[in-house]
Amino acid sequence: MVAHRASVAESVGGHLDGIHDLGGKQGFGHVELDASSKEGRHIHGFNQRWHAAVFTIINSLFVNGAAANTDHFRHSVERIDPINYLSDGYYGRWLGGAETMLVEAGLLTQDEVNSRVLNRGYELHETVAARPSAAPDLFSAEERNFQPTAQRLVAIEPRFGLGDKVTARSLGGAGHTRLPNYVRDVPGQVVALHGAWVFPDANAHGKGEDPKHLYTVRYQGADLWGPNAESSVVLNIDLFEPYLSEASLG
Amino acid sequence: MSEKSAAIRAEALESLLVEKGLLDTARIDDVLTLYNERVGPMNGAMLVAKAWRDAHFKQQLLADGTAAIAQFSFEGGQVDKLVVVENTAEVHNVVVCTLCSCYPWAILGLPPKWYKDPAYRSRVVREPRAVLTDFGTHLPAEQEVRVWDSSAEVRYMVLPVQPKGWETLSEGELVNKITRDSMIGVEVLAEVAE
Repeated sequence: MVAHRASVAESVGGHLDGIHDLGGKQGFGHVELDASSKEGRHIHGFNQRWHAAVFTIINSLFVNGAAANTDHFRHSVERIDPINYLSDGYYGRWLGGAETMLVEAGLLTQDEVNSRVLNRGYELHETVAARPSAAPDLFSAEERNFQPTAQRLVAIEPRFGLGDKVTARSLGGAGHTRLPNYVRDVPGQVVALHGAWVFPDANAHGKGEDPKHLYTVRYQGADLWGPNAESSVVLNIDLFEPYLSEASLG
Repeated sequence: MSEKSAAIRAEALESLLVEKGLLDTARIDDVLTLYNERVGPMNGAMLVAKAWRDAHFKQQLLADGTAAIAQFSFEGGQVDKLVVVENTAEVHNVVVCTLCSCYPWAILGLPPKWYKDPAYRSRVVREPRAVLTDFGTHLPAEQEVRVWDSSAEVRYMVLPVQPKGWETLSEGELVNKITRDSMIGVEVLAEVAE
């Protein structure tokens, strides 16, 4: 069970700058439209039963406690093997995340999963998306009390106001974040305030909700991509206060 | 992992969880029914049609989308806060989630495959005009393009421009013509010859 590729590689650390951070990467080619964007204008819903099964398994993670919250789950998807991240598709990625969470929570063992998939004809040469850690983040029972809404009231006033010039910088380290690489160290402008929300960088790792103010920050296309960028393009993105500092003048 | 292997792995996980009492297969049927029948882009299309016919509702929807849609009790999740952005002759809006695939499920249903694939997520923030041509959408150079990257829990929907000639249609007729892609912002609605 150990030597073949269907065994699971252990996840090493978190993925602040993982393969999932796709904004601005080049080389993926044209968007491939499916039937729902061409002839079948009103096609929607699941087109495979196993997609719905994965969707339901994800929902169940929040009931049985394997996933403490959405941020914890999102990070399990970011931790899958980068090759699988690109090749497995959306429900394949979710499946990898689900398996990681279930094994880390001790609800299933990796051996159980491996035996079952091999019995069902899983191809031995296939890589596996799941990468459970031997030392997963710990969450208290209270933190596993999943609350769907992530907005919170806080007494602290927002540090920035509408029109303020700001720059986002990486907090460093390894772990979940919602600050993509492509906007880092580029000056932007606050265009909306959204109140305080659960801070994903803390909440994904059992460090509490630690709510922080959330802003929409607007960037000019040329500031992000250079003078040869498409003209008259602006980019709006929602960023948490700890990522932001006053943009230096000049 | 191939599609076939992923399906095997999903079914293996499902069977293990059912045996341990951690999953009820009836819930999978519920999820299929919910997203195939009740949650889909027809909910967003209803909001757009209503906004085009009711100036007061449109003003509410643009000012506070979350409050404006509360009356409809949409199922499906993923819309803790809704921001609706309006397309005009001067501005065209388009929505993405570069870090995962955040999407307003309750009003647009499950996202299309391309929305979750690397090509769209990587490229639309960098060259939105070029990406829109993949959808057959060609924007005038003077129209500003605003891309919205849903990186937190705020969800975005585009209010498309109503095509000329649709002013006499009822809200019910409009719902069948307003497309999901126009509410993501990759399509500009136009009268299609039948």
